[in-house]
Order: sequence, then C-alpha cells, then structure tokens
Amino acid sequence: MIEALDSFWAIYSNLVLTLGTSSLLALSIYLTLSCGMLAMANAAFMGIGAYASALMTMQAGLPYPVAMVGGALAPAVVAYMIGKPTLRLSGVYLAMATLAFGEVVRIAILNTESLTGGALGLNGIPQLTQPWHVALVLVLVLALLQRLRRSRTGRAFEAIKEDETAAGLMGIDVAGHKLAAFVLGAAIAGLAGTLNAHLTFFIGPNEFGFDRGVEILTMTILGGIQGLAGPVIGAFIVTLLPEVLRGLQDWRLMANGLILVIMVLFLPRGLWDPARLRRLLGRSARSLG
Amino acid sequence: MLAQQLFNALSLGGVYALFALGFTLVFGVLGVVNLSHGAVFMLGAYAALEAVTLLHLPLWAALAFAFVVSGVAGLLIDVLVLRPLRARNAPHLTPMIATIGIGIALNSLAQALFGAENRRFPRELLPQDTLHFAGLDATVLELGIILLSLLLMTVLLLTLGKTQLGRALRAIAESPKAALLLGINVEGLFMLTSFVAAGLGGVAGVLIGLYSNALYPLMGQPVLHKGIAVIILGGMGDIRGAMLAGLFLGFAEVLSVAYIGSTMRDAVAFGLLFTVLLVRPKGLFGRLQERKV
Repeated sequence: MIEALDSFWAIYSNLVLTLGTSSLLALSIYLTLSCGMLAMANAAFMGIGAYASALMTMQAGLPYPVAMVGGALAPAVVAYMIGKPTLRLSGVYLAMATLAFGEVVRIAILNTESLTGGALGLNGIPQLTQPWHVALVLVLVLALLQRLRRSRTGRAFEAIKEDETAAGLMGIDVAGHKLAAFVLGAAIAGLAGTLNAHLTFFIGPNEFGFDRGVEILTMTILGGIQGLAGPVIGAFIVTLLPEVLRGLQDWRLMANGLILVIMVLFLPRGLWDPARLRRLLGRSARSLG
Repeated sequence: MLAQQLFNALSLGGVYALFALGFTLVFGVLGVVNLSHGAVFMLGAYAALEAVTLLHLPLWAALAFAFVVSGVAGLLIDVLVLRPLRARNAPHLTPMIATIGIGIALNSLAQALFGAENRRFPRELLPQDTLHFAGLDATVLELGIILLSLLLMTVLLLTLGKTQLGRALRAIAESPKAALLLGINVEGLFMLTSFVAAGLGGVAGVLIGLYSNALYPLMGQPVLHKGIAVIILGGMGDIRGAMLAGLFLGFAEVLSVAYIGSTMRDAVAFGLLFTVLLVRPKGLFGRLQERKV
C-alpha cells in the first residue's frame, strides 16, 4: 500500500504540485475579476515572481522563505506602479493595456540577457519547493480570500463589479479597492511563479506569455467566480485535461480555446455556481417530496 | 538614407494600418474587441499560400481568395459566437473572452493542419524587379503592398463617408438600437462588417507574408498585439485614427531599428501604447467619454 503510494507520488508528484500552483494562478485572476476588472497581466506577474525569486536563490544565495517573500513582493510592487495609471482605464482598455504590459515584460526579459539569460532562460534553479510549501500557501491564500469575501472590502469589490459608478456614489473608494485587488492578485501570481520555478528547474520568457495568460483566464472562467471553489475546480480540470487526454497533447491549446468559447456561450457563470446548484437541488427535492 | 527608410516604413505601416482597420471597424460597429483578428489574419496568409501552391492561382486571385476565406471565417465567428452573445445582452467583456478562445483554437488548428515550421511563397511567383526613382530603391513587391493597402483604405473611407451604407454603419456605431428603429438592417450590417473586417485582416496577412516571406501558425499574435496598440493610439473605433496610427507605428519601428537597434523593435509599439495611455487614456485621436450619472 505504502509502496503503491510511493510509486504514485514518484510519478505524479509534479502534477499534484502543479495543481496547487495552477489553483493559485486561477485565484489571482479571480481576485481582479471579482472586482470587475479583466486584467490580463497575471502571467507576467507570475514571470516576475519566478525570475525575482530564482535570482534570489541562485545568484544571491538567499534562503527559500526570503525568496518566496521576494517573489510575491516584486510583482506586487510592479503592479502598484503600473496600477496607478492603468486602473483608470476600464473594461476593454484595461484588458488591452494589461495584455500589452505582458508583452513588455516578455520583451524586457528577452533583452536583459546578463540577468535573465534572455531567450535561453534560467537553468538549474534549485528544486526547493516541498509539497507542504504548496499546500500551506494554497491554504493560507484560500483562508485570506475567504475572509476577504466576507469583509467590508469583499463587499466593496462586489459592489464595484456590479456597478462602478453606483459604488463610487455610495462612498466606496473605487480606485483604492481596484488597486488593492490588482496588487494582491499580482502577489498571489508571483507566489505561484516562485513555487513553480523552484519545482521545474528551468524558466524561460515564453512560459509567461499570452498562452499562459489565456490558460489562467480559462481556468477561472471555466470554474466561475461565484465562489473560491470555482477557480480551484477550473484549475484542476485545465491542468488534468492534457494528462487525461494523453494522446492529444498537441490539442491542449485548442481545448483551452474551445473551453473558453463554450463556457462563455453556454455556462457564463462557470461550473461552480451555488445559486444554480441550489435551484437544481431544490427542484429535485420538490420532485422527491 | 532617411528617405529610403521612410519608404520602407510605408509598406510596413500600410499593412499595420490595414490590419488595424478591420480590427477597429469591428469595435466601432459591433462594439467588440475581436481578439481573434490575429488568427483570421494568419488564415488569410495560409489561404493565399495554398491558393498559389495547390490551386496554381495567380497572386491577385490568391489575394481575393484570402479575402473571401478570412471574410467567411469572420462571418462564422459573428454568426456562431458573437450573435448569441448579443442576443443575450452579455456584458461587453464576454465577447472579448470568447474571441480569445476562438483565436487560440484557430492558431492551434493551423498548427495541426499546416505544421509549426515556417513556410514561404515560391520565389518565382513573387515580382523581383527593383525600380529606381528619386534616389530610392523600391521593389515592385513593396510598391504593390503600399498601393494595395492605400487603395483598400481609400475604398473603405469613401464607403463609410459618402454612401448610404456608410451612413447606416455610422448610425449603428452611434447606437444600434436607434439604428434599428430607423429601419436599418442592423444584424445584416453586423454580418457584412464582420465579413469585410476579417477579409481586410486576411489581405493584410497575405501582404505581411509576402513582405517578410515567412508564414507560421502564430504569425498573427505579434501583429494582433501591435494592432491593439494601434487602435488604442488611434482611438478605439476611429477609422482614420487607426490608419494614421498604423502608418505611424510602421515609421516608429523602422526608424528605431535604423537608429537604436533591432532588439527594441517590438518594444516600440508597447512603449508608445503605455505612454499614450498614461497621457491620454482614450488614445491620441479619441475623445474621452466618461459615463455620466
């Protein structure tokens, strides 16, 4: 039994840990979406966190916990700096500005070869991520976000999502709350990048490009943003899908694309929708009774 | 030397402008940021390549073929995805997310169909002559690209500005509901717009394919990202603005390669974009509209 578990772990440990980091990424974009913003910079923030922390452990020889803090802080600081001006934009303008920001980050990484290795990426990152690191970070982030949802701030996010102008008129600091969601989302994405970089041994600029951004968005749209379970469920499905469809590796991106279209068309609230679940349960309960 | 650079920039800028034109047209009329426009652009390039190599069509016919193939793709995207979303009155970010999905699905479909490696137009099919005038070297190919993109842009501008059809489209851009009440066939014009915009994107794809002579499944992505910069610079939905900004980006890129270095070429568009968004959040030529309570 233990042996079977051991061999399972030997084969699948990376996959299991990736489930955790994917969940973190999905939660990071959930945060901005739940505040009514489609910000497509999360892949870039993940990259910034990954590079910052990898440089800290590899070049500066700092201990891993310090690098983790750095990997969360670096993208948060960047998000704060670009957030001030870009969050004035709303809707599609914000989405496109953040998309462009992602490209800027990728080009910046490509062109600072002495530091980041350019197109070749960073090789030989120490594999410091332990399973409990991922579990702990995920639990902490979930607990934090759950508290946030129930707090005044969470309700302010909700109000901004429903109607920005009305929220502002009720005395909610719209700009401040948006910035907070953006910066916190960036920090979570940076943490995911840190954990992931110290798991996969290698990072390169193209891992944090448009495709990754779309993948993160797909997870959260698939799961839905009606609760914290949504992004996590979405992350699990999108991460496991290529493993289940082994023969269809090349079609992974196509699956992601089609999932986005189908969800938007037929299940716009996502898979995890407590209201729909209650309705369904209510109906079957009535039909039983 | 400078004059030569400016001339080279004209062909690149013309293609950017042509691409951005369809992109901004869809935004102006349908109110959708169509992020599958890059994939439609790529489809056009491959359609022309197949037309030339498999069907042995001449280049001009391949261009028309690419226009139709991309146009039909755009039409299908509108009918199958965007129209149901319109009917449901989905929030404006929803169609944009759907088009991200369509784009990525089309890109990987192309990868499966045509392979990931670079493909090129057969050399013997391309005009090789070079003209000399006023101290400039101009290949016939470059001249053709410039003339065709200017021609298409002029036709589009005249149609929008001077014809009954153009007036109807402008009315829809102002308010689809009011246009419907005025008896304009709004859904029909949405379909026509999707067809023409995607067709123009497809032609731009062929022209870039000829210009750089490299076709690959993801060739639409960098152009899409630049197109985003262009239509924001030009003011979203603003046809003239998109044209000017497209040409401007061509010039900025060529000059930065000439005087700063090629590594910064791709950063130019986004550098410009960021600066403009900071200073004028609705673009260089756009008017700022904030929702009044």
